[in-house]
This record gives sequence, structure tokens and C-alpha cells, in this order.
Amino acid sequence: MSMFEGLKFRRVSSPIHDLDPRVKFLYVIIMFAIAVMYMELIPLIMLFLIQLPLVMVAKVTKQWIKSMRGAAFLASIIFFTNFIFSYLYRGQQELPFILEYSMAMTLRFIVLVGSFSIFFLTTSPDHLGLALEKSHVPYEFCFAFTTAVRFVPVLAEEAQTIMDAQKARGLELEKGNFLKRIRNYIPILIPLIVNAIRRSLELAEAMESRAWGATKNRTNLYELKLRMGDYTLILLTIIILILAIYVRLYVPIPRITEIFP
Amino acid sequence: MIEVKDLYFTYPNGVEALKGISLNISDGEFVAIMGQNGAGKTTLVKHFNGLLKPSKGKVLIDGADTKDVSVATLARKVGFVFQNPDHQLFCETVEEEIAFALRNFGFKENVIKRRVTWALNLLGLKNYRKTSPFMLSGGERKRVALASILAWNPKILILDEPTIGQDYNQKEKLRQFILQMKAQKKTIVIVTHDVEFVAECNPRVILMSEGKIVADGEARKILTSPGILEKASIIPPEISRIFLELSDFGFPTNVIDVYEAGGIILDFWEAKNR
Amino acid sequence: MEMAIIETEELTYTYPGVEKPSIEKVSIRIERGEFTLLTGPSGCGKTTLCRCFNGLIPHFYEGTLEGKIQVAGMNVTEHPIHELAKHVGLVFQNPENQLFALSVEKDVAFGLENLGVPREEIRKRVDWALKVTDIYDLRERPPYELSGGQQQRVAIASVLAMQPEVMVLDEPTSFLDPLGAKKIFEDIHKLNKELGITIILVEHRLDLTAKYADHIIIMDHGRIVLDGDPRKILASEEARLIGIGIPKATRLYQFLNSKGARLNSVPLSSEEMAQKLTEIFKE
Repeated sequence: MSMFEGLKFRRVSSPIHDLDPRVKFLYVIIMFAIAVMYMELIPLIMLFLIQLPLVMVAKVTKQWIKSMRGAAFLASIIFFTNFIFSYLYRGQQELPFILEYSMAMTLRFIVLVGSFSIFFLTTSPDHLGLALEKSHVPYEFCFAFTTAVRFVPVLAEEAQTIMDAQKARGLELEKGNFLKRIRNYIPILIPLIVNAIRRSLELAEAMESRAWGATKNRTNLYELKLRMGDYTLILLTIIILILAIYVRLYVPIPRITEIFP
Repeated sequence: MIEVKDLYFTYPNGVEALKGISLNISDGEFVAIMGQNGAGKTTLVKHFNGLLKPSKGKVLIDGADTKDVSVATLARKVGFVFQNPDHQLFCETVEEEIAFALRNFGFKENVIKRRVTWALNLLGLKNYRKTSPFMLSGGERKRVALASILAWNPKILILDEPTIGQDYNQKEKLRQFILQMKAQKKTIVIVTHDVEFVAECNPRVILMSEGKIVADGEARKILTSPGILEKASIIPPEISRIFLELSDFGFPTNVIDVYEAGGIILDFWEAKNR
Repeated sequence: MEMAIIETEELTYTYPGVEKPSIEKVSIRIERGEFTLLTGPSGCGKTTLCRCFNGLIPHFYEGTLEGKIQVAGMNVTEHPIHELAKHVGLVFQNPENQLFALSVEKDVAFGLENLGVPREEIRKRVDWALKVTDIYDLRERPPYELSGGQQQRVAIASVLAMQPEVMVLDEPTSFLDPLGAKKIFEDIHKLNKELGITIILVEHRLDLTAKYADHIIIMDHGRIVLDGDPRKILASEEARLIGIGIPKATRLYQFLNSKGARLNSVPLSSEEMAQKLTEIFKE
């Protein structure tokens, strides 16, 4: 579960945290696009290294490393799958190439996880919700998103209370074979779901009572303005993209084996 | 018997909810654990059936250390009625709901049948035997939850905030019910901040504030002493508040009951007119 | 005669799929600026009646509504909820289920955002509402970190920000401890006295609230059984028989009265009773 730790927002004061989420998301998309452009190890290593200064400026290094660790399992699956299939296809002679190729594919995945991780670690859910609103995503969707996030801790606590209540009636969640254990979760799930439905009804009442749907032109307490830092990141991202396209088209990329025979 | 020896408890998020609690509750006692929201009342009683285990110190139920026994085993002796019945109702019929715990504890089917009927009658739910608990009103659901706990006849009964959202009549019924359980020699522990309700029942009161016990004694004494109540942020019962203002005239301060108060006032009044 | 801010005539409502009406032939009149206490045993229909005031009934709940109901000059059946919401605010029992946003001030702004109020105006009204309910320092906190009492103040602030003429509060302190409840009642009293907002408060805790009320309405089994001056009604025998939590001070008054010891007026709180007795015994 530590991969998910790397996705949870960390309330820290850093210039990255203050950036517009739309700009950060642009960065993530472009990093992903560049990663897909390349199958060679060296450019992918450089792409990975580019993330690091951003992580440090954002002061989320520890959590970011945790997300890397969490991704390690999936990363190793990607490595071994690529390795085995390349080996079967190309044979023993091309071993160095196969290794380099498998590592490159794995690194592509890690770059993706890394950039998404920076995004979620530095973007608070309400900031993200605001960005969604400003991006002309229909308000119902944005509202559903932020409300869901708002209720996550509430539901988690309620699940715990329900478990306690049923344990106090002799329910033993740890015992029994696989099937019995699944059945034992019914006394937890049903109250959870029923209460969630009840809660939704109460929420709907409260929403209506506060003029929900009064106008299609909803206004907003907050503004999302692009600032210096945002333009800087946009510029940097575009520069990296242009460089990457240039290198892809005109610069031959050596294999690691050619540099270190 | 419930024995708590120097109990400390800290939640995983770092909050220290209990800071050195020691107390004994004998069999058949009726105890009200009182205090502001956040004082640690529910945290304390959750140790009585092992839902929470001490960070430091010990809790013994009839001599058994709760650290060594499972919640399911402790639950046989300690029935815990949660504040919100909707956190436990899940069966298709009231009957099944009441039978749930009995099945968990391994009772035989014929015993279960008997116990279910007994519990239904005790709480006036006979007509709802085959009804879905979700179709019942709030008050009725509370009774189903209570019936499902009483069904296995635990010797210790814990009620967490039983008076919340209850109207006057419902509280009266609850009070009668508690007296009935007391007559059956059950140990009863209620967690509440309802001062008037406790004043009417007059149990032993354990007053908590910020994770510690600040007072322990008869309801009448504790609920009418202003100093202690300030410490635990509790409002004294209405009658006692009135008499506190009149203490300069020689009125006693430990009065809780309306009729007793009325009698005293009349006596003083007559004495004045003479 | 000036029109009352809320007026109902033989109002009867049945929830969809239910046989019996939840409220029957309810005729009441609430004046502008009044503080009305609405009480009665569980299931008496007070929650249903509240939902008629802002249009949840009949627009949200459907079902069958008979009789007339006028709120702030509008016929409730002819206006959508979002229009009525500008005049009548409703605060519910469970604070948790009224807060949607991830920060207090965004929640307080919610209603105004829905109404399309311009940003500068929203900011002004939000800050004002936060200050009136004394939660300005909490404005950036997420609701999950707040106590029940604080959450309920956020709910009140969110309704207040829309500047309604009437505020209906349905058992707002059920989940709060007595001190938390007392604070909320003091806040509500302040809204009534200082801002002139008409208040309808549904409560069981009469010992903490009766002293603020100009008007009391007692319901039982869907009907109005008593309606009028709190001092007359709470000291009456009928009120005692219904089974509501009559303040002990008032019960004490009744007892003394029955034994021939007369006080000059009906006390609704322990403070009032203590004051009266002090005057008597001082001489």
C-alpha cells in the first residue's frame, strides 16, 4: 500500500504546491508523451533524473521515494515480462540489448509513476477540484469528486465503528476459510452501504436547501490565476518537449553497450 | 467485576485519550460515566470488551486480562450497545438480527429460538418478528439493536449515549428498562452527558475530563458540587442550579428532584412568614 | 394586519407510499422576527413541517400536500426550492451531512456560489457570516478536523451567508454535549435579537431554549395541540400530559402553585426561577 502513500496530498509549503494544477497536469502528460517516444535507456534515464530537482523543491522527497518503492513490484513484473519475451524472440547473443531494452521499458513505467506522484503529492484535493471547475468540467462532476474526497475519512471511521459493533456481537473477522471470511464481511458492508445511501439523502436535502441548481452560471469563491511560477514550468516543459522531439528525429542514440563495452 | 489498573491509551494518530485511569466496578453496580465530548468516556468503555487494548496498564474482566482474550470471548460477558443502531443492523428480518450474535457464539438452534422470542417480548417487538429492520422507525431500530445484545444475556451491559435524540417519553422508558436490568442483577454502565437523565436515575457517577477521572461517587453528590462540574465542563441539573443560587438563604445544595425541591421551598416559605 | 412571514392553513401532507398523513390540518401563523419553539414527542410531525417551510415538501419529497402554505409572501407549491432558499434557510440535525467542501469558507460560500453571486460579494458575505458565528479563525480548516459544535456553526454560517429572513433549525444540537448545545442556542438567540432573523427551532431540550422563545408550538400525532405563549402553555396541565421535557423550573412553579404558593410569573429557566425565589426570600 505504500504506492498509495505516494499519491496522498502532503500539506507542505513549497513553490510546487502553489502551482496551478492544470500546469502540473500538463507537465505530467508531456513527461508521459516523451517517455513513450523513446525505447532507449539513456534518454529515459535523463527523463527520470529531470524529475528529481522538482521533487526536492517540492519538499516531498520521502513520500516520493515511498511511491517508488510501492511501484517496485509492478516495475519488476514489467522488467521480467519484457526480458523473457525478448529473450525468447532474440536469443542469447543479444543479451546486453535485451537487458537494456527491458530496463528501458521498466524505466518508462517508473517515470510515469514518478510524475503522477509529484502531481498528487503537491496538489490538494480542493485545489484539484477548483482546477477541474475552471477547466469547464461539468460542475456536477467536480462536486462529486470533492465531496467524495471530503467523505473518505468519515466513511473510513464509520467502517471502523461498524466493525467494532459487529465484533462486539461475536463476529470474528480473522477466522475461517476464504469463503467464510468473505461472508463475514457482509455484516460490515450492508450497514456501510445503507448508511452511505442515507447520508446521500441528507446531503441532497442540504444541497437543495442551499439553492442547488438555481443558475447554470455558478460563480466561485476562489480564482485560479496563472502566475510566474506557472509560466516558468510551462516554458520548461515545452523546452524539454522540443529538445526531446529534436533528439528523436536527428540525434542517433547510442546503446549503453556501445559506451561501456 | 471490571478492574482497570492505571490505564493509558493513545490512538494511532498520537492523541493520548486516557491518562492513568484506575477504577473498579463490582457486579450488579449501576455506573454512569460522564464528561464532555472528548473526555475519553467511550475510549474507556471500549476497553471493557477488548475493542481497544491498553497502551499501558491493565484491564481485567472477572480476573481475565483483556490483552489475552479475544473480543468475541469478552463479548459473551460484556454486551456493548452502540450509539447508532444503524451501525449494526444488516439482516433481512428482526428475528435474524437478534439471532446473529447467538449464532456467532455457537448457541444451539432450539436455544436460539427461545432466546429470540424472549428478547422480542422484552422489548415489545413481537409484531416485528418478520419485519425488515430497515423499515422500522428510529426508536424501533434502537430497540432491535438492544434486543440483539440482550439476547445472549451478558452479565455486563454497556450503553453508549443511549439518550441522544430521545424524547421525554422514550427516556422514561429507558430509565424503567435500566431499573429492570438492574433488578436482574446485571452490571450496567452508561456513557452519557445527559445530566438530567442521570440525576433521575441516581447511579454511581464517574466524572471524566481530558482523559482522567476527576470525581467518583454518588450522582447526587457529584452532580451538585459546582467546583467539580466546572472542571469537567458539565452543566449541573436544573433544580440544583436553582438551589445553588439560594444557598445564601440556607437552602441545601444537593437537591435534584422537583418534588423534594418544592417541599423544601414551601418549608422555608412558611418559616419566613411566621 | 401585516402579513405573517409564515402562514399555513389546514396543511396536510402524506409521504409517497404511506397511508397516514404525517401532518394533518396544521394551521399556524409565525410573525416576522419571532423566535418560535416547535416541539413534541418523536414522530409528531415537526420534522415534516420544517421541510414544508423551505419547499423540500412538496418539491423534493413529492407525496400529497393539501391545504395552503405561504412563506415570505410566496406560495410554497408554486416556487422552486432554490428560490425559497433565498428566504428560508434550513439547518439539519447531523452537522456532518451538511458540509460538502474541503474547507470551512468554501462551505459557507456554497449557497452563494449556487445563486451565482459575484465573487467580491461572496467574499464579503462569507467573511461576515464567519465572524457572526465566531468561526473566522477556522475558515481554512477541513470539516473533518472540527468538533460537532464547530461543524454545526459552519452549517449555520452557510445558511446565514444567504441572508434569509427565516432560519429553521431541526434539532441542531442532538449530537452535541450540553455546553456545545448551550453555545449554539446563544448564537441562535443572537441572530434573532441582533439581526432580526425569524427563528423556528425544533428542540426537545426545553430547559435550555424555552427562555428565548416568543412563541411555542406543540405537536402530537401530526397535529397542532398547543400554540401560543410559552409561559402559559408550558405551565399548563395539557402540556404536562403530552410528554415533552417541560423545564424543571416550570414544573417546580406548577407544584408550588398547586400548594398555594404563588409566584408572580411563570419561569422558563433555572435562572428565572432562582431570581424569583431570591426576591421572595430577600425580604
